[in-house]
Amino acid sequence: MVRTLLVRGLLLGLLAGLVAGVFAFTVGEPRIDDAIALENAAAAHEHGAAAEPESATHGHESGTHEHESGTGGKESGTHEHGEEVSRGTQKAGLFLATGLYGLAVGGVFALAFAGLRGRVGPRSDAALALAAAGTAFAAVIVVPFLKYPANPPAVGDPETINTRTLLYLAMIGVGLLSTAIAVTTARSVRGGPWARWPAAVLAFVVPVVVASLLLPGVDEVPDGFPATLLWQFRITSLGTQLVFWASFGTLFGWFCDRAARAPAPA
Amino acid sequence: MSTLSARHIPLSHLVPWLLAVPALLLLGYLVLMDNGAVSQTGGYLHELMHDGRHLLGVPCH
Repeated sequence: MVRTLLVRGLLLGLLAGLVAGVFAFTVGEPRIDDAIALENAAAAHEHGAAAEPESATHGHESGTHEHESGTGGKESGTHEHGEEVSRGTQKAGLFLATGLYGLAVGGVFALAFAGLRGRVGPRSDAALALAAAGTAFAAVIVVPFLKYPANPPAVGDPETINTRTLLYLAMIGVGLLSTAIAVTTARSVRGGPWARWPAAVLAFVVPVVVASLLLPGVDEVPDGFPATLLWQFRITSLGTQLVFWASFGTLFGWFCDRAARAPAPA
Repeated sequence: MSTLSARHIPLSHLVPWLLAVPALLLLGYLVLMDNGAVSQTGGYLHELMHDGRHLLGVPCH
C-alpha cells in the first residue's frame, strides 16, 4: 500500500512539475528576460561609476580581484547570467527544476498522505488528497510567500543568500507548525462546525502573524526597479506553485478514486 | 472501509519507507538551494536550475 502510494506520488509529482514548468515557461520566462535585461543594463551603467567605491569598501578583496579568483571571480559569475550556462539552457533547465521539484515533493507528500490516511482529515482518499494538497500549498507556499515573496533576477543581494534561505525555511516551519496547531485545535473543539472552523482558522493565523512580526524583513529591491515587473513576477511565481499544487492534488485524488473503483484490491 | 481506524496504515508498514524522505529532501535541496557546497559542481547546478528557482519562489542571489 505504501509502495503504491509512493510510486503514485513520485510519478504524479513529476507530471505536475512538468505542467507547472509549461506555465512557468510561457508566463514566467518573459518576466525573467525583462529582469535580466534591466540587471545587465544596470551592471553596464555601474561599471564605470560604482566600480571604484566597491573596491574601496572591500579593500581586502581588491587583490583577489586582479587574479581573477576567489570571491571576485565568483561574484561576477553570478551576476552575468549568460556566462556559465546559456539562457537557452537555463530555460530548458526550468523544466528539469520543476520536474525534479515535483518528484521530490510528490514523494514526500505521498508518505505524509500514507501517515494521515485514516488518522486525520476526510475519509475519502480523493477528498483527503485535495485537502492535503490545499493545506500544503497554504502552509508551505503561501505563508513563506507573504513574508518573503519571490524575487526576479536583479533583485536581492548575493551576500545575504544564506540568511534569506534560512529565514525562508523558518517560515516554512512556521507554516507547518501552525497547520499542526490548527488541526489539533479543530479536533479538540466541541460544538459543531460553527465553533470548530473559526477556532482552527484562528489557530493557524495567529502563529503565522506573530512569526511574521518577529522575523526580520528583507527589502533588497534596487532603486528604480519597475514595480509592475516586480508585481507581475511575484504573481507569476505564486501562480507556478498554484498550478503545481492544483494539478498535483487533482491528479493524486483522481488516481485514488480510480484505484478505489477498480475491482481488484488496491 | 467505513471506520477511520480500519483505513489507517500501521506505522510498522510506514516506517521503512520513511528512509526515502532524506533522499527526497536532498533532491529538493539540490534543485532549490544548493550553491555548490554539496553537489561539488561549482555554480553549475545553481545556474542550470536558476529560472526554476526564481519561479518556484525560493530565495536566489
